[in-house]
Amino acid sequence: MRRIVRIASWLYALAVYGFIFLPVVVLVLFSLQATSFPIPPFTGPSLRWYDAVLSDTRLTSALLNSLLVASISSLAAVALGFLSAWGFARFVLPGSGLLRGLITLPLTVSYLIIGMGLLVLFNWAGVPKSLLAAGIGHVVINLPLCFAIIYSQMGDHQINIERAARDLGAPEWKVLLLITVPVMAPAIFAGFFLSMTFSWDEFVISFLLTRFDTTLPVEIWNLLRSGLNPKTNAVGSLVFAVSIVLVVLFELTLLRRRKA
Amino acid sequence: MTAPLVDIDSVSHRFGQQTVLKNVSLKIEPGSYTILLGPSGSGKTTLLSILGGFVTPSEGKVFIRGVDCTSVPPAKRPTTTVFQDYALFPHMSVGSNVGFGLRMQGVDGATRAARAREALALVGLASSFDKKPHQLSGGQRQRVALARALVIEPAVLLLDEPLGALDLKLRRQMQDELKAIQKRVGTAFIHVTHDQEEAMALADHCVVMNDGRIEDEGPPERVYARPATRFSATFMGESTILAGTVTEASDRTSTVATPVGPVSLPSALPQGSAVGLAIRPEHLVLGAAGGGVRLGSAEVSDVVFQGSFKRVLAVSVEDPSLQFIARLPASAAVQPGDTVAVSCDTDQIILLTD
Repeated sequence: MRRIVRIASWLYALAVYGFIFLPVVVLVLFSLQATSFPIPPFTGPSLRWYDAVLSDTRLTSALLNSLLVASISSLAAVALGFLSAWGFARFVLPGSGLLRGLITLPLTVSYLIIGMGLLVLFNWAGVPKSLLAAGIGHVVINLPLCFAIIYSQMGDHQINIERAARDLGAPEWKVLLLITVPVMAPAIFAGFFLSMTFSWDEFVISFLLTRFDTTLPVEIWNLLRSGLNPKTNAVGSLVFAVSIVLVVLFELTLLRRRKA
Repeated sequence: MTAPLVDIDSVSHRFGQQTVLKNVSLKIEPGSYTILLGPSGSGKTTLLSILGGFVTPSEGKVFIRGVDCTSVPPAKRPTTTVFQDYALFPHMSVGSNVGFGLRMQGVDGATRAARAREALALVGLASSFDKKPHQLSGGQRQRVALARALVIEPAVLLLDEPLGALDLKLRRQMQDELKAIQKRVGTAFIHVTHDQEEAMALADHCVVMNDGRIEDEGPPERVYARPATRFSATFMGESTILAGTVTEASDRTSTVATPVGPVSLPSALPQGSAVGLAIRPEHLVLGAAGGGVRLGSAEVSDVVFQGSFKRVLAVSVEDPSLQFIARLPASAAVQPGDTVAVSCDTDQIILLTD
């Protein structure tokens, strides 16, 4: 009886992980297809479709655009998130609870609504559809995340450390730069890498807010409109690989903090 | 007479509705070791925060070296603080921690390192220059915090319960070191504690605080031997306190009626006034070979052996609400249940008029 339960639980775990990872495995597998259709039987392995992706300037420039938007919007989100977290943690503000709620509110709003809202707003303000507009959209979705991560790590135990720095003659900006930022570095990096991950494969906002220069997910969508081929698998696998790297970096920074 | 180094002038402070300091005035002399002693909630830490510039008092002024520092921020005043949790910068080496204050003053790297090394040598940690704070023990962190605060040569060093987080043995050892370091550098130290033994061991000047007020201040010997108030008689060491009323008064002596009988004292007191008579445990005599003043008899309720002495609690037969606290030699043969005569010498009685 006990053995049956054990086997059943293994099967269940296998089914769950299979459900989650099988599509990815299929995607990666058929990106190595040697023939023109990403359907069984598997004819690879071959890197011809990766070659095709890297020689497609539309895809490579979209990839660079994505990296640019992800890194700059994440920097902005983490900087703003850090400053707001510090402000809320260190100063008594009127209606602090309400304001904190408002900052994290975008986490609960769908990307579609945020994207449409920004589209209407930018239209009205005369900001053209561009990578900048998409980047601002990514700051909007990632700032609450960075704020929440950094604020949760900003405990009272750092107050005395900041006080000590002030006591030893540090002006406020040096306290922030030399003490608070390094002490908070794990949370700041975690916020940054998570923002990068989200910005990197974000589609809806980029789709609504860019036109000629666009990000990789939007370019992949363009590609998909002409039907499936192993090239889309290859580019999808590349996106997945970068996401994995970012998530691993995020986990590592969190892990290092716990050890310290 | 020279001006005091620190002059706290009629300082009061409120947190919301609660008044935590009530019209406190205090002068600190250069080179002195001052202890602010009191229970939690007595306002001693708030007073220290006001000195350090972390709190601006609701009323009153603070002068340091004759300059009004009442609302000068911590960075700009000649004080440094050793925090209770040490507040070392965890991401910096011990050497960078100690050199931080000098760095903020714009001192160049080589001089900074040399002076940080000197300061670390002063606290006996010369070899820890390149270590990180988390590699050090509690006592060592404490010393780094001390070196970091001393290296910029403050006018006054403020210590907020600096020994509170250490175990008893280490605390006594650090206590001796603190005193030695203070003598060597000659900086005025102001040290907050609730440990009266620490206060007696370290202080040149002991300030007993309670409920936002200074109850008593002076050399610890004086505060112990002649406490000014009932509170300081019980907080700075223990005392048995007899309540009494002055029944007879002449110009040299008075007689005080107490629950254990009349006691005559060699001082002039207004007739009819209520007074307290405090007696230190080591001055109470239990048994036949008594002192000059008879204090009735008492039944021993508890005997606690404490190594070099026995602490004895005895309930007065004449007034069961009165408990005598006595300290007898370790060899004394007393048992709970014994009834003994209680007495003391006239000149050991501390008169409290508050």
